[in-house]
Amino acid sequence: MSDALALTWRQYRLERKMFWRNPSAAFFNFVLPLLFLALFGAIFAGSQQDLDVIVPGIAGMSVMTTTFVALAMNMVFLREQGVLKRLRGTPLPSGAYLGGLAAHSITNTAIQLSFVVAAGALLFGVGLPENWLTLGVFVAAGVICLGSLGVALSHAIPNFDSAPAYVNAIFLPVIVISGVFYDADNAPAFMRDVAEVLPLTHLIDGLSAAMVTGAPFADHLPDLAVVAIWAALGTLLAVRGFSWEARRG
Amino acid sequence: MDSVAPAILVRDLHKSYGAVEAVRGIDFEVARGEVFGLLGPNGAGKTTTVEVLEGYRERTSGIVSVLGHDPATRPRALRERVGIVLQQSGTYRHVTVREIVTHWAGFYPRPRDVEEVIDLAGLRESEHVRARRLSGGQSRRLDFALALVGDPELIFLDEPTTGFDPAARRAAWETIRALADLGKTVLLTTHYLDEAQALCDRVAIVKDGRVLAVGAPAQLGVGAASRYRVSWRGEDGAVETRETADPTALLHQLTSAALARGVGLEDLSVGRPSLEDVYLELTAELQDDLVDAVGEPAR
Repeated sequence: MSDALALTWRQYRLERKMFWRNPSAAFFNFVLPLLFLALFGAIFAGSQQDLDVIVPGIAGMSVMTTTFVALAMNMVFLREQGVLKRLRGTPLPSGAYLGGLAAHSITNTAIQLSFVVAAGALLFGVGLPENWLTLGVFVAAGVICLGSLGVALSHAIPNFDSAPAYVNAIFLPVIVISGVFYDADNAPAFMRDVAEVLPLTHLIDGLSAAMVTGAPFADHLPDLAVVAIWAALGTLLAVRGFSWEARRG
Repeated sequence: MDSVAPAILVRDLHKSYGAVEAVRGIDFEVARGEVFGLLGPNGAGKTTTVEVLEGYRERTSGIVSVLGHDPATRPRALRERVGIVLQQSGTYRHVTVREIVTHWAGFYPRPRDVEEVIDLAGLRESEHVRARRLSGGQSRRLDFALALVGDPELIFLDEPTTGFDPAARRAAWETIRALADLGKTVLLTTHYLDEAQALCDRVAIVKDGRVLAVGAPAQLGVGAASRYRVSWRGEDGAVETRETADPTALLHQLTSAALARGVGLEDLSVGRPSLEDVYLELTAELQDDLVDAVGEPAR
């Protein structure tokens, strides 16, 4: 057991080291949401109501970039390069490998969220989160949900060249529809209906309760349920479709 | 008990991909400490066979044992004792040679010393180079290093020198010989006759998913690849050709005879039969032999 933990820790350390050495990945995963926060923060500077929407919205987007986007791209790349196949031939237990990878993503999520929370409190008048427990629960659920969906998506992507197209075709519409940049309640009805089905909308609602409104946790159990359903679906698809090597032919 | 059992045992191995039968009944055994080659053209089923032994593919039928384990269940105890060089595989791009070898060493209970592995693989000069900046030859060396760092008893090498220039091939051969000297068991696949001749104690010649013959390379005529073909125009004006393993002696004989007679040797040339030519001859002969031995297949 301690051996598996030690191996997980080693893998985690290696993932951290590699992440910072790859500037383009670091930018896409890290700087982009913060850049959006700065831009929209400037645009909405006069309206606290809008700022109250954008801060939890960007927090939700951060969870999605650090898990869904990062894992989908990473898994496609590692599979196509043959890294996964090579690892599979070593004694490294799959659990230790995937655990290290997950911990790496979660670290990115945590770092990024702390930037968003700090900026919300210091720059955008949102204050510190009203309810840390709600924040923790929703972030954890969001990480599992969006992370597993990212791994599941990687199975559907044929090769690394097409990975950005697949990922962005989902990521960009989802962040717009789910109300990262505006209050989803103000969107046209058909978009609201779509948004109601998507996990990011409910994640952002939960984050908004935790960071801005301070609404009781119990009020957001239905949101948590939607995220949990997607998490279950994502986990199922991620595990069932998992392949250590690129498709033949 | 365990030590006298063969390192690898394969009996009547079959592997199909859908309707395609890649392996159609392969048998061979590899003794401990032996360098064994699967020799055959592309598409013969070599890689499929090796990947079944490595635990990457499940066999359709047959018996397979690797160091006393069934590789299909991928037991960790087996993975700790085996090193694998795949035909193609990338690695992490943003870490240095030393970092990745060190990381890999951590996977194994009794790894080899990282310094020793870097030297053995010939990577000393590039130890601080990031993997993405390595040349093709250096990347292959890194493949060797990662396969060796766990100090495996058995090493799989799938086409270890394909695409190498002659100097890089010699260097890889030295590494493989060094492994044999360390008492490791090596199973390699190759379509190069000279490679099989230079490295293997025994080879199995594989074609169309079957083993045509198993034996020492010389015994199977694989040594034909190392013969020279000397040709010249004789006194009667006809071109004479002779194959020899020792062209120096033959040339000495020819040139001194010509000098003694005070004539030239017209159209003298020294060459080697192309490997592909010899290989095709060899597999054709073996197939004929097989048909002779087995008789015409009953319909």
